[in-house]
Amino acid sequence: MSIMTYRQALHDTLRSEMHRDPDVFLMGEEIGLFDGAYKITAGMLDEFGEKRVRDTAIAEEGFTGAAIGAAMLGLRPVVEIMTINFSLLALDQIVNHAAKIYGMFGGQARVPLVIRTPGGGGQQLGATHSQNIELFYAFVPGMKVLAPSTPADAKSMMLAAIRDDDPVLFLENLSLYNTKGEVPDDDIPAEIGKAAVTRRGSDITLIGYSRMAYVAAQVAEQLAESDWLDIEVIDLRSLRPLDRETIVESVKKTHAAVIIEDDWLTYGIGAEIAATISDGAFDYLDAPVRRVAMAEVPMPYSKPLETAALPSTDDVIHAIRQTLDAVGRRRYPMGEKS
Amino acid sequence: MSTGQRTTVAPPKPGAHQTNTLAVAAEHLASTDTAAEKRSTDFYRQMVFIRRFEERAARAYTQALIGGYCHLNLGEEAAVVGLMAALRPTDYLFTNYREHGYALTRGIDPNRVMAELFGRSDGVSKGWGGSMHMFDLEKRMLGGYGIVGGQIPLATGAALAIDYRGVDEIVMCTMGDGTTNIGAFHESLNIAALWDLPIVYVVINNRLGMATTVDKSSAEPELYKRASSYRMAAERVDGLDPVAVFEAAQRAAATARSGKPFLLEVMTERLRGHSVVDPGKYRGAEEIALTQERDPLVTFAAHLVDTGLLTEHEITAINDDAVSRATAAAVFAEASPFPDVSTLFDYTYATPVANDSHRLPGQPLFEPAPFPEQEATR
Ligand SMILES: Cc1ncc(C[n+]2csc(CCOP(=O)(O)OP(=O)(O)O)c2C)c(N)n1
Ligand SMILES: [Mg+2]
Repeated sequence: MSIMTYRQALHDTLRSEMHRDPDVFLMGEEIGLFDGAYKITAGMLDEFGEKRVRDTAIAEEGFTGAAIGAAMLGLRPVVEIMTINFSLLALDQIVNHAAKIYGMFGGQARVPLVIRTPGGGGQQLGATHSQNIELFYAFVPGMKVLAPSTPADAKSMMLAAIRDDDPVLFLENLSLYNTKGEVPDDDIPAEIGKAAVTRRGSDITLIGYSRMAYVAAQVAEQLAESDWLDIEVIDLRSLRPLDRETIVESVKKTHAAVIIEDDWLTYGIGAEIAATISDGAFDYLDAPVRRVAMAEVPMPYSKPLETAALPSTDDVIHAIRQTLDAVGRRRYPMGEKS
Repeated sequence: MSTGQRTTVAPPKPGAHQTNTLAVAAEHLASTDTAAEKRSTDFYRQMVFIRRFEERAARAYTQALIGGYCHLNLGEEAAVVGLMAALRPTDYLFTNYREHGYALTRGIDPNRVMAELFGRSDGVSKGWGGSMHMFDLEKRMLGGYGIVGGQIPLATGAALAIDYRGVDEIVMCTMGDGTTNIGAFHESLNIAALWDLPIVYVVINNRLGMATTVDKSSAEPELYKRASSYRMAAERVDGLDPVAVFEAAQRAAATARSGKPFLLEVMTERLRGHSVVDPGKYRGAEEIALTQERDPLVTFAAHLVDTGLLTEHEITAINDDAVSRATAAAVFAEASPFPDVSTLFDYTYATPVANDSHRLPGQPLFEPAPFPEQEATR
């Protein structure tokens, strides 16, 4: 085990996979000379050279499509798209091609491609640069969408993504890059399609992914202190395939759930989770499933407006308390509640 | 250096709105010496103001008064003022995210430009856009855009609307060198050429897209030549000389007014990093020194002094004036109120619509019913 940042875990894993497999190579804007917009690929151009660390022109559709084509011939490209917002320019290649080739040609060609890209908001980047649109990819059969929230998962899930034979959208997050955690030294790929129960509890299930899984863990800890609550936390980790079993099993035990997400509420990832709970644990529910998500507006630049539009820790706590109030469960420490 | 295909440079038609702006003055009085002299000193005054404004913005950024991404026009001042002088008030402008200088030179109140950077309600985009998204309908600046190349199809469509209505206006669409590699650039130029649209595409070639040089990103590094794929007239001009830029932009605008698109490449410098947070370490000391030598403010000031158009004393006075206006803009911006949080849902749709979500992040879809008191001890 070593303690390292999410950024370091990604960097080290990309490096070790490139040493392991000569077919693995990197492509993207500013990943070489500039060390990557968020410095994930720092130093890798020097180490591996221009053949394997390829700075591209600003041409998301072109280079993402080229990576898909290279993958069809058995290479294992790892593409960096600077932020998920710019993946919109490559949407056609990803959705109409990467996700379709295996099926449309009757299984004759595989696309072992990884597209790494960070989501995130809250940095005053305005309407076009603050979107969390992983849903667009999670919606598409044929895509796999992974969203690690810890440095350990960043490593094990990147290993899995690179070694997988299908196109993977690998969602990172701007505000997770500097977070630290323990990372195993061994190279053990995660199993794609599995969520994780990151905290056991019995009062309510709190569900998130990427940054929101991190927030969920924090909130659970905080409410254990302040409200004596025993919260179960689920980190979805994989948005497609989705581990419905883990979600339903947890809710059967806790009888209540709050989903927190960084995307928009209507039709968002949380809507699919809520539908899953409705289908699989309806008889066990004591309260409506709550979702906490972004306000449904083009994100304003101005700080107070942006802050109001983003889900906060307080919003999550409020939703948990309201949900537990609705089922009439005690949640305050002795003596605090009249 | 014009590629020349189909270049029919018609004399500019008289503007419909002959206001007393620099642009119109320049267009009609260019033949007289005194007008040319005044134009040069005006150019210099505008360039110095952009420089001091941008430096003030950079300082405000380090004071956390400005957030997000902030890209400056430092080194591109001559290009900006020369281009803007060739436009009439009735023409339209589309730019990218590096657009503070364009907004200022187009005549938007500097206080409102700075207020936008500060995210305040007096900002040109009411604090909703920030550094990358300045918009002013009255000045016909139809936006800075943060997505690389996003403005190019939009500008092409604006030119389509002008052509459709048959009015005597044109569109100018600026972009960076790196942006000529995005598909939308090629799709748009092709459309504009096929449909004879009144638009001037301008490539501000500062030789870098973030850290990537033109040679590394463009298979045809002489970017104006890309127009030849669409049989579009094109020209390359020295962007350190505002007068040369102005004259080239006038030729380009005249072509557009005659109903043909034009591609103008302006060779400039980027004096600092890609944005205010980029230290630009990827550039060697030698290259940085060369860049500083090619600072248009320095070279043009030297030219003005050499030719006797300005004295050192006047240059100092121009600088002092620019500093005080930039400072005043920052004072204004800081005093301007933030937009009220109650306005968060005001701009999702242009007209009210049933069932639009006005929900804040913590709010439930349906208010939960209170749990009956007597059962609260379950
Ligand atoms: C579609 C898209 N891809 C990537 C980016 C990130 N990005 C912002 S500016 C830029 C470089 C643009 O270079 P250039 O066109 O030369 O303009 P300059 O910044 O030099 O003015 C990049 C890659 C973006 N904003 N949009
Ligand atoms: Mg450039």
